[in-house]
Amino acid sequence: MKEKILTKNFGLKNSFKIDVYLEKKGYTAVRKALKEMTPEQILDEVKKANLRGRGGAGFPAGVKWSFVPDVDKPKYLCANADEGEPGTFKDRYIMAHDPHLLIEGVIITCFCVGIHHAFIYIRGEYEAVALRLEQAISEAYEKGFLGKNILKTGFKLDITVHRGAGAYICGEETGLLESLEGKRGYPRLKPPFPASIGLFQCPTVINNVETLSNVPAIILKGADWFCQQGLPGDGGTRIFGVSGMVKNPGIYELPVGTSLRDIIFKHAGGMKEGKTLKAVIPGGMSAPILRADEIDLKMDFDSLVEAKSMLGSAAIIVIDEETPILEVLKAVAKFYSHESCGQCTPCRIGTSWINKIVKRLVQGKGEQEDLKAILRLANNILGKTLCPLGDAAAMPISSIVEKFNDELESSLIQ
Amino acid sequence: MSPEFSEQTKKKIKEVISRYPRMEASLLPVLHLTQQEFGYLPEEAERAVAKMLRIKPVRVREAVTFYTMLHSQKKGKYHIQVCSNLTCSILGAEKLIDYLRNKLKIEPGETTADSKFTLSTVECLGACEAAPCMQINFDYYGNLDKKRIDSILESLD
Repeated sequence: MKEKILTKNFGLKNSFKIDVYLEKKGYTAVRKALKEMTPEQILDEVKKANLRGRGGAGFPAGVKWSFVPDVDKPKYLCANADEGEPGTFKDRYIMAHDPHLLIEGVIITCFCVGIHHAFIYIRGEYEAVALRLEQAISEAYEKGFLGKNILKTGFKLDITVHRGAGAYICGEETGLLESLEGKRGYPRLKPPFPASIGLFQCPTVINNVETLSNVPAIILKGADWFCQQGLPGDGGTRIFGVSGMVKNPGIYELPVGTSLRDIIFKHAGGMKEGKTLKAVIPGGMSAPILRADEIDLKMDFDSLVEAKSMLGSAAIIVIDEETPILEVLKAVAKFYSHESCGQCTPCRIGTSWINKIVKRLVQGKGEQEDLKAILRLANNILGKTLCPLGDAAAMPISSIVEKFNDELESSLIQ
Repeated sequence: MSPEFSEQTKKKIKEVISRYPRMEASLLPVLHLTQQEFGYLPEEAERAVAKMLRIKPVRVREAVTFYTMLHSQKKGKYHIQVCSNLTCSILGAEKLIDYLRNKLKIEPGETTADSKFTLSTVECLGACEAAPCMQINFDYYGNLDKKRIDSILESLD
């Protein structure tokens, strides 16, 4: 029987309080890391664990940390809690139900990389969750897990909760940095990567909330154990967030590599009210759509790439036969045209043109050329923007038009 | 004319600024506090914030016009923000938005004549397990239907 790593405390009464967390052996990983391990040993363990980024890109966390140069500048950690990817709500659960798990992961990561100030960048709408995080952080200061002399080891760390103000682009790591510096969230040209030049031009690690929350378990139980919970090259579990036309929408922590069909039909209870499955978006809105006959898939980064989609944030949106595909396309086109930051022309203009065309289709005024125009515009965004938002718009839009071409054509003026 | 901040907000702003290695980085939290104080961010408030953080007023304007949660215009006492993203629309958000339009007799983006309600449609709120959902000021409401919307609005005075 595989174990739960991230959600094990969620059902407990007052699971967000430090006393409950300590009772469940919380903060023992921090003790072990700070008192018995060197930063190099921690880095090795996390690298061996193949902990891949849970925000969407899947970059190995340990490798990311190792890119931070040893320079005479302050270093920063930004926990990415922006969680704007449509369909995604897992990080909210972690922060609301077990904020100390995240804090513990942050402390160990900072000790490993030599960081003394961490920020948790949380989306502005999550005000209640931000307050809970702040309470948890003050508890951690009181008990000596944060502050000037953590567990009397001489290591010091402060954590600041920073609330965003409503912009999807701030979940992109360099957009997040700009926003945290008090500016518009315009993504930066890479390289240089944030590991060398990040927040205030200083070396910066940016990890997703779920990624950081896995670190304590890796320290306590080891990399081998962690890999066994998932796949050798993609360790641990994922919190799958299932929403849409299913009986039991919600979060399900399951091993990396669990079948998509099982997640929908076994864990989330199958389709709602006897509806028939039409399509699934398997990794947040940015992920290319899958038809109902394409869901016999393992949910890990590599399998989804093979299926020409993306595991992304592991947010699964389930769409039934009665939902017109045009409604799906409309929501996707509207979202990206609203959230494009406007910096790169292909994305700014492309997403708004696609949105206008799709609106025309919805009004029943679509013509044959329109579907081709959407594909052409999407193709002209793909790979031509500073940040991944352009691709994140182009890929799902193209996949919807290509895979559901017949249905879309039937909505056109004949 | 410079707007009057309450002593309590001034204290909070000072404390917030102290959390950041550079003053200008506290712009978003300071704007959140300022908006909480005045209900929105009039130009005078933008200028006051710029002065406080020793940055140019245009830097504040850039932020206010970029982030959807920062408002240059007054909103109603209750800002109803209905999610119109994918999961919520699969589960009927559009009908609920129509219901609210008819019930409040305003279009999205507008405020009722008595300044009680502002209606907006927003992108994903990150509460898809409870779709269709909405946020009123900072409170989340999920699993909505017409009946539930009625009772929620009735509970707001």
